Amino acid sequence: MIQTENLTKSFGDHLAVDRLTLDIGEGEVFGFLGPNGAGKTTTIRMLTSLIAPTAGRARVAGYEVGRDDDQIRRHVGILTETPGMYDRLSARRNLSIFARLYEVERVDAQVEKYLKLLGLWERRDDAVGEFSKGMRQKLAIARALLHEPRVLFLDEPTAALDPEASRLVHDFVTELKGQGRTIFLCTHNLDEADRLCDRVAVFKTHLRVVDTPGKLRRQVYGRQVVFHLCGAAEAFLPVVSGLPFVSAIEADAGKLILTLDDPESHNPDLVRALVAAGADIQFVGELRYSLEDVYLQLMKDGVDA
Amino acid sequence: MDKITTIVGKEWSEVFKNKLVLFSVLFLPLILAVIPLVMLFVFRQAGADAALSAELNDPEIAALAGEMCVGLSAGDCTLVYTLNLFVLMFMILPVAIPVTIAAYSIVGEKTTRSLEPLLATPITTVELLTAKIVAAIVPAILATWLAFAIFLVGARLLAPPAVFSAFFAIHWLLAVLVVAPLLTLLAACVAVIVSSRVSDPRVAEQLSSVVILPLILLVVGQAVGLILIDRQIMVLLAVVVLVLDVGLVYLAVRLFQRETILTRWK
Ligand SMILES: Nc1ncnc2c1ncn2[C@@H]1O[C@H](COP(=O)(O)OP(=O)(O)OP(=O)(O)O)[C@@H](O)[C@H]1O
Ligand SMILES: [Mg+2]
Repeated sequence: MIQTENLTKSFGDHLAVDRLTLDIGEGEVFGFLGPNGAGKTTTIRMLTSLIAPTAGRARVAGYEVGRDDDQIRRHVGILTETPGMYDRLSARRNLSIFARLYEVERVDAQVEKYLKLLGLWERRDDAVGEFSKGMRQKLAIARALLHEPRVLFLDEPTAALDPEASRLVHDFVTELKGQGRTIFLCTHNLDEADRLCDRVAVFKTHLRVVDTPGKLRRQVYGRQVVFHLCGAAEAFLPVVSGLPFVSAIEADAGKLILTLDDPESHNPDLVRALVAAGADIQFVGELRYSLEDVYLQLMKDGVDA
Repeated sequence: MDKITTIVGKEWSEVFKNKLVLFSVLFLPLILAVIPLVMLFVFRQAGADAALSAELNDPEIAALAGEMCVGLSAGDCTLVYTLNLFVLMFMILPVAIPVTIAAYSIVGEKTTRSLEPLLATPITTVELLTAKIVAAIVPAILATWLAFAIFLVGARLLAPPAVFSAFFAIHWLLAVLVVAPLLTLLAACVAVIVSSRVSDPRVAEQLSSVVILPLILLVVGQAVGLILIDRQIMVLLAVVVLVLDVGLVYLAVRLFQRETILTRWK
């Protein structure tokens, strides 16, 4: 649904996006992660035909960026970084203006549908200037959907939202995915990316990695199992250090953290060995790193490299 | 077409909620219509004829009034002279209005960051600019025509018939009905061009108001008797402004680069 090939954008001699190559399938929720100034918004702007790439190609929804710009604008929805509403006009008026610009056939029905879906129907006639940040954000999401685009670009959709509103947006994204839409999601909220995205890319001018959140975790940390023991764990280091399937060991007070390829088949052996050596095991569990840890680790590696 | 009317409607509902803009669109033309009428009224009440005849004996002023006043008394001549100056104002006035509207509408779009979602829709640059320009010039033209109609009716009622017929000439109709709208378009184009390059509506307004300067020269020229505006001059003016309009519309479209405008202002 979205393919890019060496997509590049420079502003003067400042390189913002460098030879980005991606292939995002239909119905995929694709997370685009990267630090401030990484070029995420610039990438979205290129893919929505708002700015022209300096080099490289991109196809969105079957249309070629640069050649079919008008078609791209018709077929994609975009939530821009700043909602940019007409503050003096009502929520309903704001949406109906955009519905007309997108040549929506049943303007009023579409506007009503999305105002209701995003919980803004009660406030439909209030001037947007009186809205809270979160309400504007929701209105902007509604605006992005009026023409029922198959491809949706969301630039930090939950940046200004409280946990409840964020949850609403998350559920909404899940629902949109359920309808088979392709979603390109820029976010700094790694928890959100972890929960919503089929794949994530870590990007900083260059593409660092692309994979599913689970695989990225494994790639960075392997799979780790933690044993909570009664008493100091150091005593049992010799017991496990000789085992061939343990690739790394860490002992921290009462915790013994082991990195394994295949915990499901090796844990029973480990438990037996530890018990035989006299360990009192309180808990055994898999250590799950958050995507945030993975991300921070990747960024750190990137700086070193 | 539907997109243009959508944007024009949006501009009007937004811009006219701004008191300053509303004031400049509605009240300036009305004031301009009322002031000369009040002057006419006062002149007549004061028996202007007697008071002013002495002054007009001054050969310089008599020369100034020149052909305007063939067969009129000195006082009536002063009235004709005054009315003529005010009609010229009706040509200049509509230039100020679109500048205000366009400055607020384009710079406003920038400061609220609403241009990006707008440019993401399938609207073409030409449609967008047409909408912005139409939104700026139509109220200006209508307000001016309305004010001019009030002025004409008032002048007809208040001025002595001889004065009115000496003053009322085809070239003034040409001025207000043709030249004024063309000038309005010119001012709107300048405002669009300037607004897409600055980030403060007041700066845009002031810069664009430079358009008025050559027109003020025209007024001063007429006032001091340097130029006597007649039909030929008016037709010439119309042609010149029309040519400028075509050039400026073209320039505005060329200069309005979606990408530059979107990324330049921060
Ligand atoms: N119009 C522009 N002119 C010059 N440089 C620009 C322009 N727009 C963006 N940049 C630069 O390009 C780089 C990428 O910017 P971009 O807005 O895409 O980052 P981002 O990943 O969206 O960051 P954030 O997380 O803060 O939103 C930045 O260094 C920025 O300064
Ligand atoms: Mg950004």
